[in-house]
Amino acid sequence: MLNTQDMKSYQKNIKESLDNVFLRKAMDNFAVAYRDGRKKTFAEIDFDELAGEIAAFKDSASVRLMALYEEFKRNAEAKGIRVHLAGTAEEANQIIAEIGRANKVKRVIKSKSMTAEETHLNSHLEKNGFEVTETDLGEWIIQLRHEKPSHMVMPAIHLSRNQVAELFTGVTRKQQDNEIEKLVKVARKELRTKFIEADMGISGANFAIAQSGTMGLVTNEGNARLVTTVPPVHVALVGLEKLVPTLEDALKIVRILPRNATGQAITSYVTWITGANPCESAPGKRKVMHIVFLDNGRMKMAADPDFAQVLRCVRCGACANVCPVYRMVGGHAFGHIYIGAIGLILTYFFHGGDDAKNLVQNCINCGACKSVCAAGIDLPRLIKVVFTRIQDNTGHPLQAIMLGKILKNRSLFHKMLRIGRFAQRPVTGGTPYLRHLPMVFFPEHNFRQLPAIAARPFRDLWQEIKPVVHNPVCRIALFSGCVQDFVYPEQLAAAVKLLAGKSIAVEFPMDQGCCGLPAEMMGETAAAREVALQNVKAMHADFDYVISLCASCVSHLKHAYPRILADTNVAQEAKALAAKAMSFSQFLHDVAGMTADDFQGEPTPATYHSPCHLCRGLGVREQPHALIRAAGFDFRPAAEEETCCGFGGTYTGKFPTVSSQILEKKLEDAVSTGAGLLVTECPGCIMQLRGGALMQGRDLAVRHLSEVLAERLK
Amino acid sequence: MATYPYGCQHSTIKPYINLITAGENMTTDIDTARIFTEKARIASATVERVRTMQQALDYAADLCWRNGKKEGLAPPPAMAAPALSPADFAQLKNICDVRGINLFRENLRSNLQGIDVGVTYADLGIAETGSLVINSTSENLRLATMISDIHLAILPVSGLRADDRDIIADLRGYLAGPENYTTFITGPSRTADIERVLAIGVHGPLELHILLLEETQC
Ligand code: SF4
Ligand code: SF4
Repeated sequence: MLNTQDMKSYQKNIKESLDNVFLRKAMDNFAVAYRDGRKKTFAEIDFDELAGEIAAFKDSASVRLMALYEEFKRNAEAKGIRVHLAGTAEEANQIIAEIGRANKVKRVIKSKSMTAEETHLNSHLEKNGFEVTETDLGEWIIQLRHEKPSHMVMPAIHLSRNQVAELFTGVTRKQQDNEIEKLVKVARKELRTKFIEADMGISGANFAIAQSGTMGLVTNEGNARLVTTVPPVHVALVGLEKLVPTLEDALKIVRILPRNATGQAITSYVTWITGANPCESAPGKRKVMHIVFLDNGRMKMAADPDFAQVLRCVRCGACANVCPVYRMVGGHAFGHIYIGAIGLILTYFFHGGDDAKNLVQNCINCGACKSVCAAGIDLPRLIKVVFTRIQDNTGHPLQAIMLGKILKNRSLFHKMLRIGRFAQRPVTGGTPYLRHLPMVFFPEHNFRQLPAIAARPFRDLWQEIKPVVHNPVCRIALFSGCVQDFVYPEQLAAAVKLLAGKSIAVEFPMDQGCCGLPAEMMGETAAAREVALQNVKAMHADFDYVISLCASCVSHLKHAYPRILADTNVAQEAKALAAKAMSFSQFLHDVAGMTADDFQGEPTPATYHSPCHLCRGLGVREQPHALIRAAGFDFRPAAEEETCCGFGGTYTGKFPTVSSQILEKKLEDAVSTGAGLLVTECPGCIMQLRGGALMQGRDLAVRHLSEVLAERLK
Repeated sequence: MATYPYGCQHSTIKPYINLITAGENMTTDIDTARIFTEKARIASATVERVRTMQQALDYAADLCWRNGKKEGLAPPPAMAAPALSPADFAQLKNICDVRGINLFRENLRSNLQGIDVGVTYADLGIAETGSLVINSTSENLRLATMISDIHLAILPVSGLRADDRDIIADLRGYLAGPENYTTFITGPSRTADIERVLAIGVHGPLELHILLLEETQC
């Protein structure tokens, strides 16, 4: 199994994945095909509404899981099923082995069950003398290869047809060619015999309806139906979170699961099993049926205010499908058993902090997973919470503590930035920090060129460039964030020019500092809270809006401050600040009302990168397009406009290899539009994209929206 | 859609649209049948409409004969029709006897390696996804839908519903029983587990044929 416990082996594993040409191509194709397929299948269905309904009934279920379990048990046992509750993985395995022994079972066939992967059921059964055969094609393949699944829905997505042909040649002792149709038939033939010989079938379940004692399976291959029909004994291993109150709830899962998993409107089979069904080969001609519900930490999760929402998960795998990191490294380097964003979180709960501690750092915080989650789980935040908890238990690394300390002391932080001392003396232990901390401190990341600290930060320029606006139409405060203040002051200066032209009075409160996102990303919640407090105070004056040219800052002010400061005496102020915070493009377009009348310029081609925290974090998508068009550019949308650039603050330093690969893809996508100008709205993205374009010698200028607009102002 | 999407292969069969009896729900019925057909075909099912049970059973025999030949099997092609009504089964038996097809209705377990064609009714059809709903609590019926190379399902048009909300009452009834095994079937069995390439026919039927039956006798 993958060693995720030590960072060095984990990095090595990532490197191997990145070097795997087949895997890279397969993952790339999948990412693009999935995005299009999913879009199509949700064309007629309101995804957000459905995901909201799932979240709602799942939440109402998770607060009474035990009651639902009792109800299910009562109803199912009245219909001839034995229902068990296993506290731990070990207990579940023992119960199942015991059922096998009691029924004199030798051969077991299985249909796909992530829960069985979680408990390592196969190896337990094999140790107890049972012969176990997986019958889902992908699962069978990886069982024969002694591997773990690399995707929750497509477990063998990392393998090529040639590898499968080779494997099947070995299994059948007959040369098999690599035509997929034929390989599938080989599996059909080989496994049919296993079905016939089996004494017991083991399945998972996609839902368990308390009201009627029904379990449901959502599958494509038809193996689960044979597993639950042919042998005289059927055992289902089911996570407690699969319990739903009613049939209507289950139908909602059926609606969303295949669509979100693979872009299919429905799977070939949706099977509803209630009670002990007729079975000719069983004693009394009734199926011997057991359902084993698994707790394994789920009840603890249900009682945890942060993590209860994890139990909403329907295991659709979408959070992996859209994850830029998963796309680069594949499932074997992105989860222990469960894969994708949810996998990072579940690894911590099911397998512990040691297995999770490095995995959870392999997240760029791009929010792509959250935006497609079938159950609206706030995955990126929970990944950070896991990271914080692990650090709280095992001790925070020195560099994180230092970062927290420095950020809390704004004048010290700014002093250090001014003299660029980090550059020479890596107090950070060589670990680069966040979107907001100039990367100039971390010279070892040579896949892109890094900018220098500006000669004079924006805060020193402010008094000189501050425009005088008579009879302002509204008053705004600029929130700069540290990168723009100290590295890209010209972007802010351009913004000031644009705003003044629209009779908008701009203030730059001097007591503002880092927004605190870097500290939160590093798991330094106390420091994150402290700087949030300072900023709420600094931005407290009576402004109509608080505008930032950094999407991450706005998103943090808007979504994180009210949460972080909820139990302080500035809770109200934090809420007020959140309400006023707005992205630059949204303000220019929606409030200041800038149109083509304000600009002049040649229709040169321009494309756009949408920062994660802008499109997904703030839902701002159309305004930047409209402004680029209004400024007279020939706007050429990029196919992967909303895909993360790979920066992610600390991320780029921790996983430079992954970050640089994502960056390369991103630049290729931009260049393929034929535009020589890439516009975006976040200084972190600019640092990554511009540095990458320079390093790769690409003919692509990367600029902030404010700059290109200011230059074209009439 | 401008043209009617039915691809009728038998010239004797008129487009389904002519067969709908005029009534209050006429438009809805036509739409439901049209959407059902469209969606089922997207899921790789073959959908035809038949006017009578006789036509449906003839279709079954044709299909079985064709499949048996294709496989080049020495023994006569095998067909299972475990859940047909006694009258329909008798009729099918006559056809099969004439055509040299081995038809049986019980003990499918002795044929787990596979049979050519399984003929069943479907209880309901869900237009939104082109799915069949089959209450297959009877083990022989269940096996017929699983181990046949070709599954032929006869769905009376009266069983068509617009979407899953319209089947809740029926489904609730099934699940309330002392034991029940119900499946929504959409297209043949499939997998994309090797290189995400869609391949039809893994563990279940390689083909799914749906006959929309105008008569409501079954
Ligand atoms: S936030 Fe982005 S990088 Fe992190 S798990 Fe989600 S999709 Fe992957
Ligand atoms: S966390 Fe959400 S997106 Fe990921 S598998 Fe679970 S339901 Fe699907």
